[in-house]
Amino acid sequence: MTPSGGLHLKTTILILIMISVAPLGDMFLGKGMKQVGAMGSWAPANLFHFFFRAFTSGTVWLGIGLLLTFFVAYLLVLSWADYSYVQPASSASYVLIALLAHFVLREGISPIRWAGIAVICLGVFVVGHTHPQTPEHHSW
Amino acid sequence: MVTQSVFYILIVFVGTGGELCVSRAMKTIGEITDFHPHAIARVVGRALALPRMWMGISLMAVAFFALLGMLSLAKVSFVFPSTALSYAVGALGGKIFLHERVTPQRWLGVALVCVGVALVFLGKR
Repeated sequence: MTPSGGLHLKTTILILIMISVAPLGDMFLGKGMKQVGAMGSWAPANLFHFFFRAFTSGTVWLGIGLLLTFFVAYLLVLSWADYSYVQPASSASYVLIALLAHFVLREGISPIRWAGIAVICLGVFVVGHTHPQTPEHHSW
Repeated sequence: MVTQSVFYILIVFVGTGGELCVSRAMKTIGEITDFHPHAIARVVGRALALPRMWMGISLMAVAFFALLGMLSLAKVSFVFPSTALSYAVGALGGKIFLHERVTPQRWLGVALVCVGVALVFLGKR
């Protein structure tokens, strides 16, 4: 396997991990936060109680665990691939979260939103056919 | 509505700023070639020793709290697509702050993703 082929393969594997666990994490977060209920006001005491309820929810923690898995994969892939490549490529998770929201959380999704999801897929396809690493890097 | 707007701005701009910091920090460490657990743990340890990594994590934590707040107010199928502006902000940030060469094809992909997510946003009901 050529170095470029290997780079593409490991980038693809890690991005697949990212787009699998992130939507599940998002779904559990959303489910957990709906159980917590809406934030009433910006008053400090209210904010404290709101986030206390959030962080004592098992469903929220399940979501956080999955998102931490996503984050580790994300850190690894960012060690060699361009941010501007990884971020759009990982957007496939938006499609999966919409499917999970519709079929698992029973959220209604309008036809125009499904059309949007199809365009996102096309965008991800286009981004996925660019090289993950561009040569120009300078200190920031 | 104001609350949702505040959450939205925090998620998109502060969150993307955090991701740019994390990306820069990981480039400082260099490409990872050893995927054994102890090697990954060593890389995570090195990453956590970088101030820029902590700056990124702090900004992303703020964005995460905002996300939790937003999820308590709106549908999952609305919240995640509606934050698509982060794709444009991220591509611009990658070009300006990380000096990444964003190819025309990649810009096209980013634009398509943004259009798609905009449609998703318009489909809110």
